[in-house]
Amino acid sequence: MKILVCIKQVPDMESQFIINSQGNWFDENNLSFRMNEYDEYAVEQAVRLKEQLGGDPDITALSIGSGRVVDVLRKALAFGCDRGVHIVDPDSCAKDPWQIASMIAAFAQTEGFDLIFTGMQSQDRGSAQVGVIVAELLGISCVTTLIGFAYDNGVITVKRELEGGVKGVLKLKTPALVTCQLGLNVPRYPTLPNILKAKKKQLVAIPVGDMPHVRELTATCTIYRPRKKAGGLILEGDVGIVADRLMGILKECTMVMK
Amino acid sequence: MKALLVCEYREGKLLDSSYELVAFADKLGADNVLLLIGSMAEVPRVNSTVYLADAEIYGEYNPDLHKKIVLAAVERENPDYIVFGHSSWGWDLAPRVATALRAGQVSEVVDIVDGQFVAGICNAKLRRTVTPKTDTVVLTIQSGAFNFDSTRQGTPLVERIELSEVIPSLEFIGYEPSEAKSVDLTRSEVIVSIGRGVGKKENVAVISALARALGGELGASRPAVDAGWVEHCQQIGATGQTVSPRLYIACGISGAIQHLVGMRESDFVFAINKDRDAPIAEVADVLVVADIMQIVPELTAKFLKTENTFRQAG
Ligand SMILES: Cc1cc2nc3c(=O)[nH]c(=O)nc-3n(C[C@H](O)[C@H](O)[C@H](O)COP(=O)(O)OP(=O)(O)OC[C@H]3O[C@@H](n4cnc5c(N)ncnc54)[C@H](O)[C@@H]3O)c2cc1C
Repeated sequence: MKILVCIKQVPDMESQFIINSQGNWFDENNLSFRMNEYDEYAVEQAVRLKEQLGGDPDITALSIGSGRVVDVLRKALAFGCDRGVHIVDPDSCAKDPWQIASMIAAFAQTEGFDLIFTGMQSQDRGSAQVGVIVAELLGISCVTTLIGFAYDNGVITVKRELEGGVKGVLKLKTPALVTCQLGLNVPRYPTLPNILKAKKKQLVAIPVGDMPHVRELTATCTIYRPRKKAGGLILEGDVGIVADRLMGILKECTMVMK
Repeated sequence: MKALLVCEYREGKLLDSSYELVAFADKLGADNVLLLIGSMAEVPRVNSTVYLADAEIYGEYNPDLHKKIVLAAVERENPDYIVFGHSSWGWDLAPRVATALRAGQVSEVVDIVDGQFVAGICNAKLRRTVTPKTDTVVLTIQSGAFNFDSTRQGTPLVERIELSEVIPSLEFIGYEPSEAKSVDLTRSEVIVSIGRGVGKKENVAVISALARALGGELGASRPAVDAGWVEHCQQIGATGQTVSPRLYIACGISGAIQHLVGMRESDFVFAINKDRDAPIAEVADVLVVADIMQIVPELTAKFLKTENTFRQAG
């Protein structure tokens, strides 16, 4: 069995974002990067399946991006993936979901995976498109937003998360692509021996020029900060003084204090 | 300019979000036709053509079939825009339709400005404007971003849509209801909620002490629930409860849209966050830029002290 996990490296969302000089993306300097949260669930689920099947499946972790994305590939290898594939593309953050998905599909086409795991969306763009487009391009079954996954002999039973806590239960057969939602499992912390082992695992770099190029279907024009609530108050500074102000506001504005 | 609005239907009912698509099309200035995979009884009350495909035959969630139905409607109407709600159904189906048409898709649109679509990035800390580069465009719309005047009524012109046989690749087994709620937050007057910023389970007690002092309940964002700090029934947001207390205090919650949809009807919102750019500021009446573990105990102590003074005086 061959498994592919697609992972993206994203900025830490608690970072201070600075808009770049062209005004069309954020400046990457001074940001710290990490594995997209949703993808951690994808990697964990793939590794659990490998463990369930006695180590038989061979797991490839794929990431597209500049040199820094090697970090998330190493992390995936430390989780238990077998090899990393890095499509080296310094401009990946300017590409739309269609362009990214087309590259992944082209790679997957030549390898013939039985099962592909992705996150349901990325934390930065949040488009929730790439996984589904890959499946459609490959012509394989696809379910999104998984919070439950069970595999038995080529048949996958999944739980999708719907609104308001309702779930949908479905069955499908491999080959398939599933997109993972928060809470699907509890991602592990890689142990030191596994981190060391990961350093020896194979990591292949493919220049983006070797991948087929498609044109973008959507383009980001500008980015900007949303406005804070009109009339909203910001309090900061000495904790004691702030707490006093809050007490005053609680009294004036709410019914809590009678 | 024409928009095909793909309504959403679940467990036998048309979802209200379908009307938000109409509000969106109005703002876009597009003529609209609707598509419902549902039942005759649930056809939306609008003055437009509504294509109806029978959910008895085509299922409530069946992306292979639903994609084909949307494409059949597209073929008849040749719309410029195909619009879905950004929901578990819409975000699953929209990219399938977009791929089939090689159409550009913009996800989770919150606004239209100068003909460009606005969407959030980086957990809503930033916004971006997007221009589609294709003639046909697929869009998903953020829930609650476009408000529909619910007093407006109309008479739809219903046209049936049917497919020749398609064999679906997924087998839908059924729905599983949400877990029974042992805590009902929908009636609470005061809710103090914890988010990932609380850091660890041991810190939760500090926040619940504030909730208790204020006579309120403890709520939570999703990561706090996923980490097992509190029960799922305390989760607020798209996949949890929707609340509207008089006072909502968000402690260490960034303000992702899936959380905001569950609490933005609160009368008064306090947010405590060490990041002054956290998007919770968009709904906060007061943003306290501080470490929760410092400010919350201070506030609780002051509050209890005043209450005691009151009690002694009375
Ligand atoms: C389909 C779907 C459904 C979802 N449904 C829900 C839902 O129902 N409810 C929900 O809540 N989420 C839901 N989510 C998840 C949502 O997108 C966010 O990931 C989540 O709300 C983030 O939770 P948070 O704010 O607690 O954590 P984070 O986004 O990680 O934010 C933590 C915040 O704490 C602050 N902080 C950290 N340390 C401190 C400190 N010491 N003092 C003060 N502040 C601090 C940080 O600055 C940050 O702003 C859903 C997501 C999807 C895709």
